[in-house]
Amino acid sequence: MTVDWLYTTFSQLFSFIENTDLLFLMSAILPIGIIVSLMAANAIVMVYAEMKISAFMQDRVGPMGQGPGLHAGKFGILQPIADPIKLLLKEDTIPEVADKPLFILAPFIIFLGAIIGFLAVPFNENVIVVDLNIGIFYIMAVGSLAVIGLILAGWSSNNKWSLYGGMRSAAQIISYEIPAGLCVIVIIMLAGSLNMQDIIHYQSGGMLNWIIFSNPFSFVAFFVFFICIVAETNRGPFDISEAESELVGGFHTEYSGFRWSIFFLSEYANMLIVAFVAATGFLGGWQSPFQDFMTGPLWGTFWMLGKVFSLLFVMIWFRWTFPRLRVDQLMYICWKVFIPISLINIFGVGIWTILIG
Amino acid sequence: MDGDLMTINMGPNHPATHGVLRLKCQTDGEIISGITPVIGYLHRCFEKHSENVTYEQVIPYVDRCDYLSSMTMDFGYVVAVEKLMNIEVPEKVEYIRVVMAELQRIASHLLALGVYGMDMGAFTPMLYMLKERERILDLFELTCGARLLYNYMWVGGLSHDLPRGFVEMTYQFLDQFEPKIDEYDNVLSNNKIFVERTADIGVLPPDVAVNYGVTGPNLRASGVKWDLRKNEAYSIYDRFDFEVPIGEGIKGTVGDCWDRYYVRMIEIRESVKIVRQALAKMPKDGDVHKAVPKKIRPPKGSIYSRTESSRGDLGYYIISDGTPTPSRVKMRSPSFASLSAISEISEGWMMSDMISVLGSLDIVLGEIDR
Repeated sequence: MTVDWLYTTFSQLFSFIENTDLLFLMSAILPIGIIVSLMAANAIVMVYAEMKISAFMQDRVGPMGQGPGLHAGKFGILQPIADPIKLLLKEDTIPEVADKPLFILAPFIIFLGAIIGFLAVPFNENVIVVDLNIGIFYIMAVGSLAVIGLILAGWSSNNKWSLYGGMRSAAQIISYEIPAGLCVIVIIMLAGSLNMQDIIHYQSGGMLNWIIFSNPFSFVAFFVFFICIVAETNRGPFDISEAESELVGGFHTEYSGFRWSIFFLSEYANMLIVAFVAATGFLGGWQSPFQDFMTGPLWGTFWMLGKVFSLLFVMIWFRWTFPRLRVDQLMYICWKVFIPISLINIFGVGIWTILIG
Repeated sequence: MDGDLMTINMGPNHPATHGVLRLKCQTDGEIISGITPVIGYLHRCFEKHSENVTYEQVIPYVDRCDYLSSMTMDFGYVVAVEKLMNIEVPEKVEYIRVVMAELQRIASHLLALGVYGMDMGAFTPMLYMLKERERILDLFELTCGARLLYNYMWVGGLSHDLPRGFVEMTYQFLDQFEPKIDEYDNVLSNNKIFVERTADIGVLPPDVAVNYGVTGPNLRASGVKWDLRKNEAYSIYDRFDFEVPIGEGIKGTVGDCWDRYYVRMIEIRESVKIVRQALAKMPKDGDVHKAVPKKIRPPKGSIYSRTESSRGDLGYYIISDGTPTPSRVKMRSPSFASLSAISEISEGWMMSDMISVLGSLDIVLGEIDR
């Protein structure tokens, strides 16, 4: 179900429309609409999950008020609806000394970086917006767009704390792209392709064919990759760019209301997309863990989302368990631990493939 | 690359300053090259107020100075006035005071440790600790109706006797609380990231600590065995068997942030011991109002009396001119001395380390500004 497929379907369905530009527009806007709603839905689910999981870990009950039976709701399932409403109704403040155009632009750049990555994400065997032949490379590339937004947000706020946050996150994200990219090379070496669907097809035939289990080096690569993507999404314990107790709010200190919620939305969207990459690259994507067991398009989506949300759960778990690292310790781990390990992994995978196969 | 230093104001409103403290930081990138604490945002004229109210009316003001450790603040003040008036306090009152002061010490340290964890980014341990603190506050509420500012200790006595069932409930609390301390060790004290963030950071050498007048857990963490409960036993502290923990540099250097954190953790264990002993020895009968004077009018003279509050050496200097109002009440605030050492120990470290040092000193601004 790619854009091309939509285009052909539309031209068959609406053959009375001669104007092909209109058809193209329709087939392009539909997937974007779906992706945006997916992002919003994901944020809603994740906000609720984060609140409830953290509550569970901290011996609390979490949100209970909103939901069926107003103020008597048992599970607070409408809390993630109430939060955006509150954010939308808030006054939109822009500091007087802020660099206005950049201040307004920054959240959109981050949002853009988060949204366009979804174009190359496979949801199951058939559903992918654009089946790019360099899919995984594309996702890694547009993922780093967010850095520009973060620096802009930090700089344009004209607040020293924001500037700290912006600079920290720039250093952090750019550094962690390197080991993450090196781990992706392991995937590419094994699968022999940059195409997301090809990578998944390579891992067909049960759990043991997944790249994570294909050799010891790729097993290590998965964990390095996972930690790197947690760091790349600025989540705890790597949330030094927001670091509430140090930098107040970091780059989003001066943002409020809906602009702030766009940062929030993008954070969850980024988490989702990196989890998709990890699930695709290492965990077999939409493949079932057992051969010929519950296969098919619908089950494919189930497996994909199951893997993705398990990874997201681990990210939430991390955040509510660990203290925060210091900025130089973070860099130390990246440059002196992860990069050497990832380089060894590449050699290891190469040698393993030649010797053992 | 050379660059100018950036001056950045941390506070008066900042999540990590534990109140309204302003730190003027000179920063070179992430490195702090100079730091000046600016205090006074919470100044409430405690000492001037005290000159215009009677002796017993000072107690609520004392409560509000260190609002996280009100019982020990009261304790210090009433001990000073009693010394001035030569009042002999009934046995039972002494035991109740010790129980309350030690429970308060546990509560105060729990908050300090939990919030310190939160400063380091670990949110969950704080809620574990606050949950236990709540149970102590419940005990206080049962006793005197208040959860934060108690006004419980009076000159010569207490506002209320212990409620029925208090002793059993306290035992119950201690029994379920003690295993939790090991849990805190697992979840926070020995956490690799937490140790990385606190060990070898902000080392306060013993001589510097003594020169700055740092007292309490901060001084003991630097390896100086000084606790007024042992060294100048006031009230009935000489009757209990407890250890004075000192920093041993288990994870790094003696006197680092981790030591300051961990000394408090051991002190919680010691306080539990003291509470158990006090509850066991406490006389069953006795009137807590027996020695409360009808009129508090100390003879002319002055007194300096010091006690060990949760934050250190808490001294009261009271001058009496023979009237029902004190002529002068001066408080020696332990947090003030601790805070004054911050520029000495956090210069040259990174911004995040400064947060770590500040949190480990466990200051309360109400007591610094008074």
